[in-house]
Amino acid sequence: MLRALTALTTPLLPEDYLGLVDPLWSQTVLRGRVVAVRRETARATTLTIRPGRRWKGHRAGQFVRIGVDVDGVRHWRTYSLNGNEDSRLLSVTVQALPGGVVSPQLAHGTPVGTVLHLEDAAGEFVLPTPTPAKLLMLTAGSGITPVMGMLRTLAARGPLTDVVLVHSAPTSDDVIFRDELTLLASLHPGLRLVVRHTADEGRLDLAELDELAADREVFVCGPDALLTAVEKRWGARVRLERFTPPVRSEGGSGGTVAYGDTTVDVDGGASLLEAGEDAGVLMPSGCRMGICFGCVLPLRDGQVRNLRTGEIHGEPGDLVQTCISGASGPAHLDI
Amino acid sequence: MTSPATITAPAPAAPPVEEHSAGPALVDAPNAVPAPAGPSLRLVPSTPAPEATSLTPGQVEELGRRLDAIRERIVSERGASDAAYIHSVIRKQRYLEIGGRALLFAGVLPPAWILGTAMLSVSKILENMELGHNVMHGQWDWMRDPKIHSSTWDWDNTSPAEQWKHSHNYMHHTYTNVIGKDRDVGYGILRMSDEQKWNPYYLLNPLVNVLLATFFQWGVALHDLDIEKVLAGEKDRRTTWGQLKQIGRKVAKQFTKDYIVFPALAGPFFLPVLAGNVTANLVRNLWSHAIIFCGHFPDGAVQFEEEQLEGETRGEWYVRQMLGSANLDGGPLFHLMSGNLSFQIEHHLFPDLPSNRYSEIAPEVRELCAEYGLKYTTGPLWKQYGQVLRTINRLALPS
Repeated sequence: MLRALTALTTPLLPEDYLGLVDPLWSQTVLRGRVVAVRRETARATTLTIRPGRRWKGHRAGQFVRIGVDVDGVRHWRTYSLNGNEDSRLLSVTVQALPGGVVSPQLAHGTPVGTVLHLEDAAGEFVLPTPTPAKLLMLTAGSGITPVMGMLRTLAARGPLTDVVLVHSAPTSDDVIFRDELTLLASLHPGLRLVVRHTADEGRLDLAELDELAADREVFVCGPDALLTAVEKRWGARVRLERFTPPVRSEGGSGGTVAYGDTTVDVDGGASLLEAGEDAGVLMPSGCRMGICFGCVLPLRDGQVRNLRTGEIHGEPGDLVQTCISGASGPAHLDI
Repeated sequence: MTSPATITAPAPAAPPVEEHSAGPALVDAPNAVPAPAGPSLRLVPSTPAPEATSLTPGQVEELGRRLDAIRERIVSERGASDAAYIHSVIRKQRYLEIGGRALLFAGVLPPAWILGTAMLSVSKILENMELGHNVMHGQWDWMRDPKIHSSTWDWDNTSPAEQWKHSHNYMHHTYTNVIGKDRDVGYGILRMSDEQKWNPYYLLNPLVNVLLATFFQWGVALHDLDIEKVLAGEKDRRTTWGQLKQIGRKVAKQFTKDYIVFPALAGPFFLPVLAGNVTANLVRNLWSHAIIFCGHFPDGAVQFEEEQLEGETRGEWYVRQMLGSANLDGGPLFHLMSGNLSFQIEHHLFPDLPSNRYSEIAPEVRELCAEYGLKYTTGPLWKQYGQVLRTINRLALPS
């Protein structure tokens, strides 16, 4: 039906017109509307989002990329989904990072009704089926968020049988979902809640948990230091969720750039276009002076340097004008 | 009258052109250094830009840096209000199109037909000029919105986006007004410069121009084929065939939409809808042709020889863009309807800055022109278009 309607709307799609009424109707672009906003702590806010028609659902513990326009520019950030996976609504909790571009706006400047851009849920940090009988969840800081999705999903399906949650946060006020966790523990005798206030009690010693972890399926999410320590102590049987930040340039010029499968060392003064051509990469090109946009390639990772202004820029997905961009640290272009 | 219409000031008392056309690539020289002999621009003998010849290479590069500074300022300022602007134009254009097409279904009633056709015409003009042309220039790529992006946008026009981006963004904007390189000088079918050798075909110049204006979108569609080269056997046949197929697919879709499906949906009112769609496309063709020809061919806009490109510096590139382009005077609505190509000079200096910013920087560019003694060609549409038509008629005959 919609395909036939395209004859009327070409070169656009019917949804480009229907989107004037509701942008969530799109079949090609996934969007969601914020339907509730809840303050969790001074810095953290939970957004409940109704996804558009194209949403395929998610598993508890997975993450979603959210695109938000900040000062006219689309930025994408990844957040753990922390709602019940059987619900039609999504829920993410955003910590406002001081000086951040995206998180302060999402946490403090996103009213109910805001339309956000979404990608499909992804991630391997999910509960196996069937659900293991004995679980140990070890979290710290915002690492609680994917685990919260698991707890909510399990709690909505029936009484929790044997789950131990060990969560670390600096103080009681920093514990995201504190009241809900307390409530869950009181409703489910099978949930044991251990909260460690690291500002007073110091960091957790994993040795204390050896016994507990021995016969349990272990899920860990938190800062890198915690994950590394856990990996070292308990090895590969532990399920980890690692939040890896995108590669940022450390400044300077020149760097190693991957053009698809071809890796090239690009000198400071060289353009990505010249360097790619010299290395035998079949580069698209046009005016070679930054006018015609004939040479743009998508940046998958890393950043590039504008050879005219020296500005270092780039986020995954940006289209880079290779004729006026040079390297600044490692980068990966799709070709 | 044998001198071309593009001469607007007395011929310069400068050394003969040959003397500096052989010169090396210009280097950046500070202002304080005594000016080297000769102007920094090598110009077509028949269409010199006398105003430019008094600039030293140092001044040309200084001008370039000042223009760069304008560009960088706007780039750093781009933000939410610009995004809101383009979103608003897109919304308005789509409502206009829906409204226009809906009214045309009641097109047996003359007022509905007239209003519907007018709305659809305006919608098509906005869609091609303020949206299509500018989005495909990458003016809005900075928003990182894949729906409003030069790499994904396609327009309501028979010209395939990909081919248009090559012939326009690359060929025309890089080689602006360079005879033999910029195929927008005459589109390969018109004589727009004394530099183009006359032959009897050009007696048809005025007629060909009327046909081009009437069927402008079809001319644009065929533009990147470079039929002259195809006929001369200079172009790879497979490339040509690939382009033809791409044009065919686009034409089929556009033709089906405007001339078959929408009229057929109107059932007994097939003809009024068809007539409305034909008229709207015609209005868009005539209007865009007029605006676009006024961008480079009124009196005062200069054309260049290929030599000009040898070792051309950024500053010289800027000067060529300024001297080769001409603006149109008008109010905000006129600028919007021209896709802000009424700021042709600003657009050619900064093809990828958002169109809503051209009006803001125009006074600065104009002041710079005055300061450096460069001609800033501008005038009302009727006057500029009159000059274009006069040139077209004049060039029908041997120079």
